[in-house]
Amino acid sequence: MRSRADDGEKETAMSEQFNKEMLHQYLTFKLGEEMFAIDVSQVREVLDVTVITKVPRAPAFMRGVINVRGSVVPVVDLRQKFELPATEQTLDTRIVVMEIALNGELTIIGTLADAVHNVMDIEPASIEPAPTVGAKWNTEFIKGIGKHNDQFIIILNVDRIFLAEELAMVPPVDEVQSKAAA
Amino acid sequence: MDTQREAYRVEAYDLLAELEISLLELESAPDDMDLVDRVFRAMHTIKGSGAMFGFDAIAEFTHDVESAFDRVREGHISVTTGLVNLALAARDQIRSMLDHADDPVHIDQQQGRRILDGFRAILSAAQTAPAPDGADGPARPAWEIVATGTAGATGEKIYRIRFEPHETLFQNGTNPLALLSELTSLGHCRTIAHLDRLPAPEAFNPESCYLSWDILLTSDCSLNAIQDIFIFVEDACSLSIDLIDRLDAPAEASVSKRLGEILVARGDLPPEAVDEALERQQRLGQILVDAGRVSAEKVCSALAEQEYVQSVRAKREQQSSAGSVRVAAEKLDQLVNLVGELVTVQARLNQKAVLSRDAELLNISEVVERLTDELRDNTLSIRMLPIDVTFSKLRRLVRDLSNELGKNILLKTEGGDTELDKTVLEQLNDPLVHILRNSIDHGIETPERRGKAGKPEQGTIRLKAEHSGANVLIHISDDGAGIEPAVIRRKAIEKGLLSADAERSDKELLQLIFLPGFSTAEAVTNVSGRGVGMDVVKRSIESLRGAIELNSQPGKGTTITLKLPLTLAIIDGLLVEIDSDKFVLPLSSIEECVELSREDLKKTHGRNILNIRNQIVPFVPLRERFAIAGDAPNFEQVVINEVNGRRVGIVVDRVIGEHQIVIKTMNALYKNVPEVSGATILGDGTVALILDVQKLLSGIQEENLEAESER
Repeated sequence: MRSRADDGEKETAMSEQFNKEMLHQYLTFKLGEEMFAIDVSQVREVLDVTVITKVPRAPAFMRGVINVRGSVVPVVDLRQKFELPATEQTLDTRIVVMEIALNGELTIIGTLADAVHNVMDIEPASIEPAPTVGAKWNTEFIKGIGKHNDQFIIILNVDRIFLAEELAMVPPVDEVQSKAAA
Repeated sequence: MDTQREAYRVEAYDLLAELEISLLELESAPDDMDLVDRVFRAMHTIKGSGAMFGFDAIAEFTHDVESAFDRVREGHISVTTGLVNLALAARDQIRSMLDHADDPVHIDQQQGRRILDGFRAILSAAQTAPAPDGADGPARPAWEIVATGTAGATGEKIYRIRFEPHETLFQNGTNPLALLSELTSLGHCRTIAHLDRLPAPEAFNPESCYLSWDILLTSDCSLNAIQDIFIFVEDACSLSIDLIDRLDAPAEASVSKRLGEILVARGDLPPEAVDEALERQQRLGQILVDAGRVSAEKVCSALAEQEYVQSVRAKREQQSSAGSVRVAAEKLDQLVNLVGELVTVQARLNQKAVLSRDAELLNISEVVERLTDELRDNTLSIRMLPIDVTFSKLRRLVRDLSNELGKNILLKTEGGDTELDKTVLEQLNDPLVHILRNSIDHGIETPERRGKAGKPEQGTIRLKAEHSGANVLIHISDDGAGIEPAVIRRKAIEKGLLSADAERSDKELLQLIFLPGFSTAEAVTNVSGRGVGMDVVKRSIESLRGAIELNSQPGKGTTITLKLPLTLAIIDGLLVEIDSDKFVLPLSSIEECVELSREDLKKTHGRNILNIRNQIVPFVPLRERFAIAGDAPNFEQVVINEVNGRRVGIVVDRVIGEHQIVIKTMNALYKNVPEVSGATILGDGTVALILDVQKLLSGIQEENLEAESER
């Protein structure tokens, strides 16, 4: 487990290196009132919301699976994960399909976004490390905080959000003890 | 050049596999010159092509081995266990040379030299002692292989069986048809009945047998095997069995026989009559019949034989010339994926066509459906391989291990021609090796202990594969010591896997073997007993959507049965619905669907047990289990599944129908939901989850057990 995590770190370190030299483009989207950004190289596509098939006995923030051109792709709700206030689904709601490294393997995952804005350049120099004090959530998920038109943009480290330890949590299912088949 | 080197490697690996099989067979049949030839040819090809493609080290090494077998071929050296051991070691060495052709540092040169020294010693011994019956005598292997079924076409022969029962045959209750059909189990049969003994209608006695038969049998079985079939009627018939053609011999060695020769060989005609007839230069058969030498029927039968032998040979030649095409495995996988997509799209087309009510569109959709089905079956069949490939790898394992442990073990394989998906076969190898290791190490006792227990000294391990619906069953059984439930119990308590006062039936105790960290070996040997035991086997079988079952009788032996699906890519499933959530249940384990009304439900008093035709069937309300919101409809459906030999119902809102399901793997994010074994894309583009009924039930059971122990 330890070595795998190290590998993940190495990988992100490498991609950071790459980004510093090549591009500093980020896809920005809104969750509630907060503005978030993901490295554009990790984004595959942005889809309209379709029918999401619920998977029983899975954590609530894992909303289910959808069909993305023939593959079955899970959809997560980062709003629930970050414990932001719930909002209604609107016409602006989208699914951002991205590639993440899960335990060293490339996986496709979709995430719900209340609205997707645009792709913008954020200069590395203007990105500040996440403040460790007063953070609402685990700063491990955050690569840094950028600024654009006086608005803060939280740049996510998506690989970190889906680390195995996080997902191993026991699904909080209302235990309806079935006496059948006993 | 590199692709050629790669091609050589692939071919050489095949040759080495064949070499291993031939060597093992040779050990049990040291006088079989065909086998010696096969070994020699394999070595020769490895050497020749090796030199051509720059594998000089291999060519050089193989040269000495080849010359040793050349001497065997000439009869100067006899086949001994020592020679076979050496040749097997040489085979392993060539394999390692192939594996490490690019980095020769890893090759054990000393081992190579030792092997070559061994061969040179045998060669020089043969020169000093010209009598081939010197040395250490013919091989007396401590093990041998008996394979039945039609595995492998090598050594096929055509037999002519003339079966003329006496008129009294029926009186001892024999049914000649049963004998004939038993013959067909040995191989392909062409049966010709003779009516010439039939009396005039007024003299006909229905209780007498007037028929006789000529049977042409193509099989690799021995003469004895055929005689065994007729063993109980030997006194009530005249029987002759002749070997008339060996298919493995080169064609020019036995040119198809002429009619006259066949008649003479069958004793139907003296040779002079043939010559006489030939002189007249008319159609031989007609002349003979006209001359009253032989009945027209006998001639027809002989003609049929001639035709049969020729047609079998022709087919043989066609097969070897059409041969096979080597295709990269990835290309096949890609093809299967594409077919999977096609099946999905076809389902969509079908749905649209039904909705459109356009007759022409419906028609097209039906044709596409039929073609898709055929394409799917064909594509999947390309990936099917006979399990014999895996079985033959295990022969070497049994041989080496039983020698190492000083045990005398016979490996019997059956049903080697049963076919399984390539991916299933590949992943089956390790679990099988593990099970066999266990059988040899813990199961079969040493010859002395077997003697004391009143068993034959030679232990037997049986590997049997057979079809069972959409599954293949593989039985691995030994006649060893079996597993003592008490020992399991003690061990489990020792390891903290079972509380000391827990009550478990013997069958439940046996299941503990599959728990992680359970190993029954008293002492850790290098064969098995490292604690990574049956739990790994169980997990890998389950990852193939299979199941494993263990039965054991102390003192009598152990049987492990693996149940595996034919293919991993596409299954037949039953689509069901709860609220608006759709699920797929694999059709293979479904027995029936019954309706469950509110009133029925009330009568169960919350015990979740149904009475179906006086049989008690427990059921699982899936809505509750999956915490799906909403109320159940007045009439629910219960899908009855057979799981581990028991019937269990799954309650759903609606049964939609049978569907072809292309299995998509679930994302790693959902690996903590074992009830869902995969997903599939439906005709309308939405995703349905495939349920693993077995995991669903075992999950419930575990939770119940936990709840009990907490109480």
